[in-house]
Amino acid sequence: MSTSAKTLQELTNRQYKHGFVTDIEADTVPRGLNEDVIRLISAKKNEPEFMLDWRLKAYRHWLTMKEPRWQNVRYPPIDYQDIVYYSAPKPKGQGPKSLEEVDPELLKAFEKLGIPLEEQKRLSGVAVDAVFDSVSVATTFKEKLAKAGVIFSSFSEAVQKHPDLVKKYLGSVVPYSDNFFATLNSAVFSDGSFVYIPKGVRCPMELSTYFRINAENTGQFERTLIVAEEGSYVSYLEGCTAPMRDKNQLHAAVVELVALDNAQIKYSTVQNWYPGDAQGKGGIYNFVTKRGAARGRASKISWTQVETGSAITWKYPSVILQGDDAVGEFHSVALTNNYQQADTGTKMIHIGKNTRSTILSKGISAGHGQNTYRGLVKIQKGATGSRNYTQCDSLLLGNRCGAHTMPYIEVKNTSSQVEHEASTSKIGEDQLFYCTQRGISEEDAVSMIVNGFCREVFKELPMEFAVEAQKLLSVSLEGSIG
Amino acid sequence: MTRSELLLRVKDLHATVGGKEILRGIDLEVGPGEVHAIMGPNGSGKSTFAQVLAGRETFEVTKGEVLYQGQDLLALSPEERAVAGIFMAFQYPVEIPGVGNLYFLRTALNALRKRRGEEELDAMDFLALAKQKMKLVAMDESFTGRSVNEGFSGGEKKRNEIFQMAVLDPRLAILDETDSGLDIDALRTVASGVNSLRSKDRAMIVITHYQRLLEYIVPDRVHVMGNGRIVRSGGRELALELEQKGYAQVEGRREAAR
Repeated sequence: MSTSAKTLQELTNRQYKHGFVTDIEADTVPRGLNEDVIRLISAKKNEPEFMLDWRLKAYRHWLTMKEPRWQNVRYPPIDYQDIVYYSAPKPKGQGPKSLEEVDPELLKAFEKLGIPLEEQKRLSGVAVDAVFDSVSVATTFKEKLAKAGVIFSSFSEAVQKHPDLVKKYLGSVVPYSDNFFATLNSAVFSDGSFVYIPKGVRCPMELSTYFRINAENTGQFERTLIVAEEGSYVSYLEGCTAPMRDKNQLHAAVVELVALDNAQIKYSTVQNWYPGDAQGKGGIYNFVTKRGAARGRASKISWTQVETGSAITWKYPSVILQGDDAVGEFHSVALTNNYQQADTGTKMIHIGKNTRSTILSKGISAGHGQNTYRGLVKIQKGATGSRNYTQCDSLLLGNRCGAHTMPYIEVKNTSSQVEHEASTSKIGEDQLFYCTQRGISEEDAVSMIVNGFCREVFKELPMEFAVEAQKLLSVSLEGSIG
Repeated sequence: MTRSELLLRVKDLHATVGGKEILRGIDLEVGPGEVHAIMGPNGSGKSTFAQVLAGRETFEVTKGEVLYQGQDLLALSPEERAVAGIFMAFQYPVEIPGVGNLYFLRTALNALRKRRGEEELDAMDFLALAKQKMKLVAMDESFTGRSVNEGFSGGEKKRNEIFQMAVLDPRLAILDETDSGLDIDALRTVASGVNSLRSKDRAMIVITHYQRLLEYIVPDRVHVMGNGRIVRSGGRELALELEQKGYAQVEGRREAAR
């Protein structure tokens, strides 16, 4: 084995560092899915009638749907009756009203993940909503945000306190009937984050949600809804981890974004769900629907994602460019390693005039990883003067992995412009030798080359996240050359 | 010169790639501060020799030994050789997209310094050093913001190699066809950069196909390679002889390397 192969093998053997389990008493519903389970979830959350109706409509529709098969990933059939659809850390007493009342075990768990929930320990610029299994356990800086008029709370709390807003926007971007996984989510989702930025407000701090799966045999089905009123701005970050388990776990989330006139939403994700072990055992199945509606004139929605975890990633953060002059962006780094599989990309639907979209996708495959970019650029008839620019780059490490690019382009307006560029490259022996000849170790050289490849995407991330993403990438690099 | 004073001693070096023998017994001795030119036709093994000295794994050494400062060079990895002071200017410098030229060089310099037990340079000190060395090859500041060799012209790439050499300050520099693809002005710039780096502590092995480069970088010794061996050695006048008579005739008169 050459030294390059050895270094990469050593990298392979690094441990997933978020794989611990928190021992905490949980309130769970019986395994399996039926209308009673949905009623039970809704009752546990004390939901108004409209929510239960919506869930049941979704469930009944879901029963008529088939799991999609078009994606370029392979996995054994999922037994939807073998999943626990709700698991919440058991509240002590009435449930926490403030951080002081949150179970110290939970605080410890998040602290261990590097997400201290005590406000004085946080970087002052970021507010956090912490979701543990099916429920939000704490949201920081709520008071400070409330002063600016910003609502940032768990989804459950929003249903109680702001039912009108929820009713108005829930399912307005991703309808309950949208697709198999989104429909399942609509039926059983248990919590998530809710953000509302009023007219003209620039959110005074970064908002973030940290998702943690802890319980065994449970699925996580959270839902995020962000509404940015006219002329407002918000930057939102999302992070996620899960314990190491031999069995696969399902994560099917939905994110809906709504941007009105001149509003801007920047949504960044660093996805680090447990990817499974080096033999491909265990790991999260991540089937996620993320979509933004750039509804207002000159509104802007920008997705940035760094996907390093999960056994399977299936996700296409999209933008519907409805308002004239609306802007949609998608910046993505997806890394697949060992036996990880990713089928990810975006959809840019141009409806308004002079709408513009940019897609920048960087796929990295190592080990036996399979990485597919799948993207749709659709220019509708009325989208006069619209433009899209797409760039898809793939980087291969070793010769057992794969990179696939599947762009779909539909143009129905002759005044629009669509550009697509794609490249595939391999970390070459020549690049490594160039670095080592200058005195840089192979391990550092691989990190440097991969980070360089991703630079254009990383610079879109908020600084704190960018540093985290770079570290994550070098830890996640596995596989071998030759 | 006694053996212990030699910087590099190559003895009966054989190397193969994919089972094919490229080097068939090279002997060469280089003392500190000396500049040796290695010339020869395409396919004679010049570049292979350079890369074997730098430690490229593509080539397998099947026989012979290389002593560098008295130690077994072939036992060292490429980065250990760099730490020991060996630098190779690449014939085809490699592009590394997204990695800043100066960031790359600072990482390299600090990796070397760390391994040598020296203090690493901070960004400011490094920038001061880099700016000073950039002048040697007339590189302007726009180089600093670009990715390693990405979008560089042929001449810029070669100047960048010599700039890296100036910053990394090696004991033995191997220049692999640094003149190839350069017009006369670029050649002069690169050669004057190289000349400014000549010193009694730094030896150089200058590999070239043409005598032209040696008008600017005047060697102490000239060696001619043919078929994986050094077939003739001499002073700088040998280069001129080659220019007049061509490789075929010179190779015909085989002489042992000194």
